[in-house]
Amino acid sequence: MASEIVVVGTSTGGLKALQTLLSGLTADFRLPVVIVQHRGSTSENGLCEFLAQSSRLPVTEPEDKEPVMSGRAYLAPRDYHLLIENGSFALSVDPAVAYARPSIDVLFECVADEYGEKAIGVILTGANNDGARGLAKISSQGGVTLVENPETAASHEMPRAALAQTRADWVLPLEEIAPCLNKLVSAVAVHYGS
Amino acid sequence: MSTVQRAVDKVEDIEIGLLLEGLYRVHGFDFRDYSRASIKRRIYELLRAEKLDTVSAFQSKILHDNACLERFLLGVSVHATSMFRDPSFYLTFRKRVVPLLRTYPTVQIWIAGCSTGEEVYSLAILLEEERLYGKCRIYATDISQAVLRRARDGIFPLAAMRDYTSNYHQAGGAHEFSDYYTAQYDHVIFSSALRKNVVFSEHNLATDGSFNEFQVILCRNVMIYFNKDLQARVHNLLYDSLSMFGVFGLGNKESLKFTPRETLYEHLNEKDKLYRKVA
Repeated sequence: MASEIVVVGTSTGGLKALQTLLSGLTADFRLPVVIVQHRGSTSENGLCEFLAQSSRLPVTEPEDKEPVMSGRAYLAPRDYHLLIENGSFALSVDPAVAYARPSIDVLFECVADEYGEKAIGVILTGANNDGARGLAKISSQGGVTLVENPETAASHEMPRAALAQTRADWVLPLEEIAPCLNKLVSAVAVHYGS
Repeated sequence: MSTVQRAVDKVEDIEIGLLLEGLYRVHGFDFRDYSRASIKRRIYELLRAEKLDTVSAFQSKILHDNACLERFLLGVSVHATSMFRDPSFYLTFRKRVVPLLRTYPTVQIWIAGCSTGEEVYSLAILLEEERLYGKCRIYATDISQAVLRRARDGIFPLAAMRDYTSNYHQAGGAHEFSDYYTAQYDHVIFSSALRKNVVFSEHNLATDGSFNEFQVILCRNVMIYFNKDLQARVHNLLYDSLSMFGVFGLGNKESLKFTPRETLYEHLNEKDKLYRKVA
């Protein structure tokens, strides 16, 4: 089954991890990559521009109802939950989930619903357990799951919490996650072409 | 994905469709064109709080039990917003909109989808400081009586005041923010003078029409809960309710792009989503 979307969740230590991940994706990476990085509700912008510097894919914060495009990276805007519906982004100002808005679980559960087995979920470093429920849902819908190896992650709680609920398809050190995604995505493309 | 899992998901979606249809036919509240992803999440949170297992059971309770209906309406209309959310919006409002408002003898303002009132009090404070409040009338509307009661009470958690104070100063506020409220235990109550020219009233953007002509309409982070069809309808309604050269404000991740009225407004400030009706 060809994957159609990659969702990534991270919190503490996420900036560096996202730089590594994004810089490792090939320029022709053909799926949308949608990222939730926990961030303060009042901190100023600039995160997006910062990540764009290390990414070959364009990185933007989506507006409400903006269509989800392939080959682009999207960063959940601060102080909103990010959801996807009928191929477009949908924002919400529902209360924080486990103190987080944007919440990784909200995005992942919604994507599991919307994309089923065509979703790839990735959990990186973080100091809380957001994302564990969402990743489990992606897995239960037949999607692909990757978790950063907690042994080597900057902050191990989030990967560990995810692994406690999901037998991830891949548990990898940070540097190997982008190459794995490149392979997963292009392998399917080759398979499709043949 | 197993076929069993797929079948369960499909039943969930059918149940939600039936719940929303029933709610509309019995009580006239129309959530059928709400963004399904958000409302589905809300429905599941609320049904867990009611200690129910299925959407069908929730539907039955909502249709037959008015207290449950009121909890549902409150649940789907409480939006966790803050005072002076996106301070630069209010700063731009002070700089660009206030001078325009000075030219009017009276100013009618509509805050559509006011939820628990944070935006109402923020705007009232701003207008008071600009010495405009006296000639303004603010219509603050929402779909739920319960949510409007809360807005009218003007009681907010004390713990939120630190962030709000910081927002207020970033938004150009030059006074002591605490002058506007009285703290009591872990809550604060905002000065009733700020409510003097505010009319809180029930209005449903999905089903009700225009009720006045306004010089300012704010509808921030409300239409994000609607699907594209309903958004288009509400954009038409708001456009029709706005006087020529009236000011229209959206949330900072919302856009007039791809809406039916896009070309009939000009930007006052693109980043802060403040527009002016020009055609």
